[in-house]
Amino acid sequence: MNKVVASAEQAIKDIPDGAVLMLGGFGLCGIPENCIAALVKKKVSNLTCISNNAGVDDFGIGLMLKEKQVKKMISSYVGENAEFERQLLSGELQVELIPQGTLATRCMAAGYGMPAFFTPAGVGTEVAEGKEIRNFNGKDYLLEIAFDADFAIVKAWKGDTDGNLVYKETARNFNPLMAMAGKITIAEVEELVPVGELDPDAIHTPGIYVHRIFKGSHYEKRIEQRTVRKKN
Amino acid sequence: MALTKEQIAQRIARELKDGYYVNLGIGIPTLVANYIPAGMNVVLQSENGLLGMGPFPFEGEEDPDLINAGKQTITTVPGSVFFDSAMSFGMIRAGKVDLTVLGAMEVSENGDIANWKIPGKMVKGMGGAMDLVASAKNIIVAMMHTNPKGESKLLPSCSLPLTGTRCVKKIVSDLAVLDVTSGGFKLLERAPGVSVEEIKAKTAGKLIVEGDIPEIGI
Repeated sequence: MNKVVASAEQAIKDIPDGAVLMLGGFGLCGIPENCIAALVKKKVSNLTCISNNAGVDDFGIGLMLKEKQVKKMISSYVGENAEFERQLLSGELQVELIPQGTLATRCMAAGYGMPAFFTPAGVGTEVAEGKEIRNFNGKDYLLEIAFDADFAIVKAWKGDTDGNLVYKETARNFNPLMAMAGKITIAEVEELVPVGELDPDAIHTPGIYVHRIFKGSHYEKRIEQRTVRKKN
Repeated sequence: MALTKEQIAQRIARELKDGYYVNLGIGIPTLVANYIPAGMNVVLQSENGLLGMGPFPFEGEEDPDLINAGKQTITTVPGSVFFDSAMSFGMIRAGKVDLTVLGAMEVSENGDIANWKIPGKMVKGMGGAMDLVASAKNIIVAMMHTNPKGESKLLPSCSLPLTGTRCVKKIVSDLAVLDVTSGGFKLLERAPGVSVEEIKAKTAGKLIVEGDIPEIGI
């Protein structure tokens, strides 16, 4: 078993034009910034990106949008990005907006080997259009389908050479769910440690889900909304 | 005098109970955290994966890995716990969150809410709002009673695309506190100095007024 690759470029080298990608993160928190930079450099195009958000103009998935590499975004909230808005209004970019819990659970279902599930989110709204509705215990639920992604690209805090992953604080978000859901899962980590160094009780993503892992060379970890309070 | 945003938050904070798990939306709802009564144990849930959200960090102590659902830097409190987004919405869907406070563009007299989309304008997405309103046991809406043009936002039925149906239980606006009942909006309290007549005039949906309506005590 050799899951360790040398770099982001190595990790993403076989991602073809037209691929369906999952990209972890919430806002700019916990995003795979090294892989995104490598995807921009490789100029892969026509991508479908499943990610809760679409980055900002000059960071995160926004960098791929700027280079017109994204054909379709599947997200729950995309409000922080002027280039995104321009491409959407001009018709260059397709966007599918889905409730955040539905997005998370469609990833989870894929990782748990379940083709679909029922959720009440979106009943009675335009999200329900064309979807099967079933009543359980007096309440209506929508049938939602598990995602089918070619590659999941996630960012963890620590990982070992077998691909076991540990996330930090709210940088966890969608990362463990997407890690379970990719046909090929690529993990970039801040610290890559030898097998046996992580506490088995504290591992969030078992390495069985992870195919490639590398230590990111640089993490900017940009803060989207810096909010502070004054001392005393 | 209409309530300020801070006063709306202050009034909503009086609905909190010891031991509550609470999800606060972006905007006025976030301010409710500033008015949790001293000594009351309320645990704040942030749907990006945290129970036990604390105040903003001191300058220089911001942690890029620690944000709330509004992407603001935050802190944790003792007893806090992190989890992934599926578990976060799992606890919401399973009804474990006692109270959800969120903003709205429109609420209808049967409790429908619209707060995510204005057709023809840039659409940013529903985020977690549809999941929250579909499952929360108790939803309080914090909102302005009218839009900037002076038109009522409490309507017979919503004109904007819905976020959820028959889910809002209570509204705290700048003018009034109202319950959403099977018969319509039931006026409970009015902002200091605001008359029942003014609230009637600014409520397009069915308004139920029974007996004397006390002023909101702030």
